[in-house]
Amino acid sequence: MNTQNNKPTTNPAPVGVRPPMGGPMGGRGPMGGGGPMAMMRRGEKPRDFKGTLNKLLQYLGRYKLLILFIWLLAIASTAASIVGPKILGKATTKLFEGVMAQIAGTGSVDFTYIGNIIVLTILLYLVSSLLSYGQGWIMSNVAMNLTYRFRKDIAEKINRMPLRYFDGTNHGEVLSRITNDVDTVSQTLNQSLTQIITSIATVIGVLVMMFTISWQMTLVALAMLPLSFGIIGVIIGKSQVFFKRQQDYLGHLNGHVEEMYGGHVVMKAFNGEAKSVEQFDQINGTLYDSAWKSQFLTGLLFPIMNFVGNLGYVAICILGGYLAINGTITIGDIQAFIQYVRSFTQPISQIANISNVLQQTMAAAERVFQFLAEPEEIPDTLTPVQLDTVQGRVDFKNVHFGYNPDKIIINDFSFYAEPGQKIAIVGPTGAGKTTMVKLLMRFYDVNSGAILVDGHDIKDFKRDDLRCMFGMVLQDTWLYNGTIMENIRYGRSNATDEEVFAAAKAARVDHFVHTLPEGYNLVLNEETTNISQGQMQLMTIARAFLSDPKILILDEATSSVDTHTEVQIQKAMDTLMKGRTSFIIAHRLSTIREADWILVMKDGDIVEQGKHAKLLAKKGFYAELYNSQFEGREI
Amino acid sequence: MLRLAKYLKPYLLLILIAIALLFVQANADLALPDYLSKIVNVGIQQGGVENAIPVAVRQVEMNKLVIFMSADDKTRVLSDYTLVDKNSPSYASDVILYPDLAKEPVYVLNKIDTAEITWLNPLMGKAFLIVSGIQQVLADPAKAAAMGQGLGFDLSKLPPGVDIFAMLGQLPAAQLTQLGSMFDAKFAALGDSMIVQAAVTPVKAEYLALGMDTGKLSSNYIMRIGILMLLVTLLSGTCTIIVGFLAARTAAGLARDLRRNVFKKVESFSNTEFDKFSTASLITRSTNDITQIQMVVIMMMRMVFYAPIIGIGGVIRAIGKSANMWWIIALAVVVLLGLILTVFSVALPKFKIIQTLIDRLNLVTRENLSGMMVIRAFNMQGFEETRFDKANKDLTSNSLFINRVMVVMMPVMMLVMNGVMLAIIWVGAHQVAESTMQVGDMMAFMQYAMQILMAFLMLSMMFIILPRAAVSGDRIADVLETEPAIIDPQDPKHFNEPFKGTVEFRNVSFHYPGAEEDVLHDISFTALPGQTTALIGTTGSGKSTIVTLIPRFYDVTEGVVYVDGTDIREVTQHDLREKIGYVPQKGMLFSGTIESNLLYGDENASDEELKLAADISQATEFISTNPDGMQTEVSQGGTNVSGGQKQRLSIARALVTKAPIYIFDDSFSALDFKTDAALRKALKEHTGSSTMFIVTQRIATIKNAEQIIVLDEGKIVGKGTHEELMKDCEVYRGIALSQLSKEELA
Repeated sequence: MNTQNNKPTTNPAPVGVRPPMGGPMGGRGPMGGGGPMAMMRRGEKPRDFKGTLNKLLQYLGRYKLLILFIWLLAIASTAASIVGPKILGKATTKLFEGVMAQIAGTGSVDFTYIGNIIVLTILLYLVSSLLSYGQGWIMSNVAMNLTYRFRKDIAEKINRMPLRYFDGTNHGEVLSRITNDVDTVSQTLNQSLTQIITSIATVIGVLVMMFTISWQMTLVALAMLPLSFGIIGVIIGKSQVFFKRQQDYLGHLNGHVEEMYGGHVVMKAFNGEAKSVEQFDQINGTLYDSAWKSQFLTGLLFPIMNFVGNLGYVAICILGGYLAINGTITIGDIQAFIQYVRSFTQPISQIANISNVLQQTMAAAERVFQFLAEPEEIPDTLTPVQLDTVQGRVDFKNVHFGYNPDKIIINDFSFYAEPGQKIAIVGPTGAGKTTMVKLLMRFYDVNSGAILVDGHDIKDFKRDDLRCMFGMVLQDTWLYNGTIMENIRYGRSNATDEEVFAAAKAARVDHFVHTLPEGYNLVLNEETTNISQGQMQLMTIARAFLSDPKILILDEATSSVDTHTEVQIQKAMDTLMKGRTSFIIAHRLSTIREADWILVMKDGDIVEQGKHAKLLAKKGFYAELYNSQFEGREI
Repeated sequence: MLRLAKYLKPYLLLILIAIALLFVQANADLALPDYLSKIVNVGIQQGGVENAIPVAVRQVEMNKLVIFMSADDKTRVLSDYTLVDKNSPSYASDVILYPDLAKEPVYVLNKIDTAEITWLNPLMGKAFLIVSGIQQVLADPAKAAAMGQGLGFDLSKLPPGVDIFAMLGQLPAAQLTQLGSMFDAKFAALGDSMIVQAAVTPVKAEYLALGMDTGKLSSNYIMRIGILMLLVTLLSGTCTIIVGFLAARTAAGLARDLRRNVFKKVESFSNTEFDKFSTASLITRSTNDITQIQMVVIMMMRMVFYAPIIGIGGVIRAIGKSANMWWIIALAVVVLLGLILTVFSVALPKFKIIQTLIDRLNLVTRENLSGMMVIRAFNMQGFEETRFDKANKDLTSNSLFINRVMVVMMPVMMLVMNGVMLAIIWVGAHQVAESTMQVGDMMAFMQYAMQILMAFLMLSMMFIILPRAAVSGDRIADVLETEPAIIDPQDPKHFNEPFKGTVEFRNVSFHYPGAEEDVLHDISFTALPGQTTALIGTTGSGKSTIVTLIPRFYDVTEGVVYVDGTDIREVTQHDLREKIGYVPQKGMLFSGTIESNLLYGDENASDEELKLAADISQATEFISTNPDGMQTEVSQGGTNVSGGQKQRLSIARALVTKAPIYIFDDSFSALDFKTDAALRKALKEHTGSSTMFIVTQRIATIKNAEQIIVLDEGKIVGKGTHEELMKDCEVYRGIALSQLSKEELA
C-alpha cells in the first residue's frame, strides 16, 4: 500500500556511457531493479487485454498531445546521445592517426580538430540530458495527473454504487484499487510509455550507427542476440518457478505468524507452543530452500550474460582489428562500435520486457476499470415528490426482499407505523434486523411491494430528500477523523455553533466534552481510541439530534458500554425519540415492552408482529425468545 | 544491525570465502580493460607486433642492428638468437615460418625470460630505429648531408654501391660510441614506450622481408588476447556465480535462523511483551523486517563488499595507466556526491510527508467505506468527496514534486559520466601526443573511471538502503533480546493428585507492566469446584484482568493466586494451563476446519467428545447446516464464521479439554439471550464438578451463580448470590436495574 510513485523514471541510459563490463543489465548492479527482476514480478495477466487497452487509451486521450511531445523529446534525446560515440570515435581516430604520423615523423596530433569534436559531443550530451529531463518532467505530470484522476473517479464512484456491492467485497479490496492498482497503472505506464519509445529509438539508432560503421561487425553483434535471449529465457523460466514457490511459502509463513500472534492467548492457554513452532519450522525450512534457490538462479543471469556479452565483444575486437588493418574501418570506429554493442542488449531486453510490463499495467487497469464500470444505484426519479412537512407515517405494503434475488428472505410483509410510534425490532443474533434499516433508507430496493412515507412510495423521493427525513443511530458508531464539533455537525452541515451545542447538550455529550483536553476541538484519532465507545454513541445521538429527522432508526447498545454511560445513552435516546416515529433494534426488555408495535425477526424474515402481550399469549417464536431470558430463573 | 552479528557466525566461513572470491573477481574485472588496451595498442596500432624484439631477423639485417651496440650488448643480443641455415636441425620447421630462410641464414629468437625481454626491448627498438633512420636519411640527400657532419664525412657523397653499414661497421669503436650517444640523446626525448612503438614499423618490414604473413600476425594476436579475455571473464563469472551462491545461502540461512529464533521467542512471550510490542509490530518484525535483512545481506555480499575492492583496485590501475588524470575521477565523484546529496536532501523530507499523506488518503477511503450508510444517511457524499479530493491533491502535488526532483538524477548522472569520458579523451589525447601514454591505455583509463564511479554509486546506494535495514535489524534484535516476564520456575512443583480445582486469590494486587496505578487492589476470594463464580462490573473495573491472572497470562504484582493450594508460580505454565479450559473474550479460531479447531483443545479427543462439546456449546445446529459439517473450512482469522459462531466454537474448544477449571471471559456477549440460556443450562449439566469462572456484563447470564463477585475500580465491592447482592450491594443493584425492569427482578 505504500508504493507511491517514488521511483524516478527509469529511462534506458543513453548510449554514450556504459559501465565497465556492463552486460545486458546495463547500468545496474547485480541486484538491479529493472531488467530480469522486473520480469519476475507477479505474472498477472488481464482477462481482456484489448478492451482494457482501449479504455486506457480513452482515459489517456486528453494527454494525447503531451504524450506525443514526450515521445518526440525521448526520440530526440536518444538520437543525440546515440550520435555521440560515433563522433567521438572520429576524435580517437584523429588522435591515433596523429600519433602514427608523429612516430613516423611526418606530422602531429591535430588538437583543434579533436577539441572541436569534444565541444560538439559535450553539446550533444547536454542537449540529450536536457531533453531527457524535459521528457521526465512532463511524464511525471502526466502520470501524477492520471493517478489523481483515477483516484478521484474511484472515490466518487464509491458514493454512487449501491450498498449491495460492498456486501460481497471487502474494504481491503476497494482500498487496494485506490492505492495499489492505481499506483501500478501509473508507474508501469510511466515506465512503458517512455521505455517503449526510447528502447525502440535506441535499437534503431544503434543499428543504423552500427551498420554505418561495418555491416560485417553488425552481423556478428546480431548473432549474439539469439544466444542471449535463449539464456535469459532458460534462467528466467527456471528461477520463476522457485521465485513463485518462495512467494507462496512466504505467504504461508506470514499467515502462520499472523495467526499465531493474533491468537497468542489461545495458543498459550492450550499449550500450543511446541505444535506451533514445529509447524513454523516446517514452513520455514521449505521457504529457506526455495528462497536461496530463487536468489541464486536470479543472480546467475548477470554473470552469464556478462560472459556472452564478452564473447561478442571479443569477436568484434577480432573482426574489427582485421578490418582496421585492411583499412576498412578506423580505430575510432572500433571504439564507437564497442560502445554501441554494449548499449544494444539493454533496450532489446527492455522491449522484450515491455509486454510483461504492459500486462501488469493492463491487469491493474482492468481491475480499476472493472470497478468503475460496476453498476450504480438506480437514478432518482425525474419527478420527485417533495413534502413541505413530514408527518412520519411509514407503510410497508406486501414487501418482498432478498439480498440475493434467488433467495427472498422477507416474504410479503405489510405493516404501518403511525407518526410518533415506537416500533421495536427484535430477534436473535443474525436474524437480519438491520435489513429493515437498509430498506427504509433505500440503501436497498425492495424486490416487490413498496415502502411508503407519508403515503408516498420512497422510490418517488429523491434519495437525498428521503434520507433527510431519517435519523440513524447505529451501534456501529461511525465517526471520522475530525474534531468533535465537526463530527456532530455531520448531522447538518449548515448548522450554527449554537445549534451544535444545543444538540450536544440534548444528547448528553456536552458534559463529557468539557472534561476532554481540547473540548469540542478534540480531533478524534484514527482508531477513535481517545474517546470511549459510550461517548461515541452519545455523539452519534447528538448528530441525529442536529439533523432533526421525523423518523428515527436506533440500535440499542449492548455489552461494550459501561453501566453509567448506558444509562446516559438510554436517556438521550428517550429524549431523541420524543415526537418522532422510531424504529428500534431492541435488546432491552423494557424497550420492547414499551413499544407500540413489535416486529419479530428470524432468519431474515419478519415472522411475527404485534403488541407485547398479544405476542406473548400467542406462544410463538416471540414467547420463546422472551422466555429464554428468564429461563435462568428456573434452573 | 551489529546486534544481530552473532547470528552470522555459522555463515562466517561462507562470507570469508565470498570476500576472497570477490577479490579474484575484482582483479579479473580490472584486468579486462588492460586486455582491451592491448588489443588496441598492440593488436591494431602495432599490427600484432608486441615489442621491438623480432622473433626472427635475417643475418644481414642483424649485422646492421648490432653495429651501434657496445661489444657486451652485442654478445648478449646474439646469444639470445640462434643462427639458422640450411644445415640446422630446426630448418625444416623454421622455413615454414620464415620462407626467406630458404635463401639466406636467419637469426631465430630463443626462448627468453621477461627480464631479458625488458632489457632487450628498448635496445632492439633503438637499433631498429637507427638502422631505419639511416636508411631514410640516405634516401634524402639534404638530411644525409646534415647527418654526415656529425660523423665527420659527407654521407651524400658516398660512392654508389657502397654499403654504408659495412662502412660503418669498420669505423673505430670510439667514433661509433660518439655516434651512438648522438642517437641516444635523440631517443631520450622519445621515451622507451615511443621507441618501441616506433620500432614496430621496421620490425614489421623485417617480417615482410622474411616472407612472413603480417596480416595474420595481427589477428592471431587479437585472437590470443581475446581468448585470454574470455578466460578472465569466465573466471570472473565463475566467481560471481559462486559468490551469488554463497550470498544466497547465507542470506536465506540467516533469515531462516532469525525467523526461527524470533518466532520461538515470541511464542514464549507473555501478554506483557505482547502489550509492549503490539501484535502488529511483532508480526512485522517476524516477517518483513527479516526479509529486509535477507535482501541487505545479499546486497552486502554481492555489492557492498565488492564496491570498495573494485573502487580501490580501479584507482590503483587507473593511476598505473596515467598518474595525472586522477583529478577527473575525483571531480566526477565530487559532482556525483553533490548531486546525490542535493537530490536526497530535497526529496527525503518529502518522502516522509508522502507516507503520512498516503496514510491519510487510506484513512479517508477506509472511513468512506466503513461509514457508507452514515454518509448516505446524512447526504454527506459531497462533503466526503471534498475531503478525499483534498487528501488526493496533497498527495499528488507532493508526489509530483518528488518525481520532478528524482528525474533530475538520471540525465545529470549520464551527463557527468559522459563528461568524464570527454575529459579523459581531451587530457589523454595530449598525453598520447606527448607519448606518455598510448591510445589503448587511454581507453582502458576510461573503463577504470567508469568502474570507479560505478563502485561509488553502489556505495552511495547502500547509504540509502543500510539505514533502513539497520532499523529493521534493531527491531528484530529488540525482540530477541527481550526476556519474557513470565518464566517457569527452576525446579517446578507438581499439583497434588487428585486435582480438585479450587482457585484462591489471596490479597492480590496487580498493575500492568509500566503502568503506575493498580488495576486490582487487594483481591481475595475462593472459587470452589462444582460452583460458578461470576465476575461482574463496569468496563474497566478489572473483572477480565482477574481471570487472565489464573492461567498466568500476567503475574500478580502482590499477593498470591493458588490453584489447589499451590502458588501458580511454582508449577510450570504447561501444567497450569493443562488444568484450565479458557474461552477468550473474542472468539478466536485458527485456520483449518471446525474439527481441527476443536481438536486444538485436545488432540486425542474422540469424535463423540467433539460432538458433545459442540452440543453443549450450541454449535451443533450451525455445524450441521454446513454441507461439510465438522470438516467445514475455517479461513484465517475465522473470517467466514460469524461472531456468535466463533464464540460457540471457542467454547466447544475449551470444553474438549475437559479441564477441571473453566474460564469464560465475557464469552457469551455475541450470543442472543436464547442461545445464552440454552448454553448455560447445558454447561451446568455437563461440567458440574468443574470450577467455573464467568466474566460478564449481563446480569441474566449469572443470576444463578453460586458466587457473584462485584468489582468496581479494581476493588471487590460485593460478594454473594444474586439475592444477597440485590439487598446489600449498591453497585450491583445499579447494574441490575439498568438491565432488567423491576418486575423482572422481583
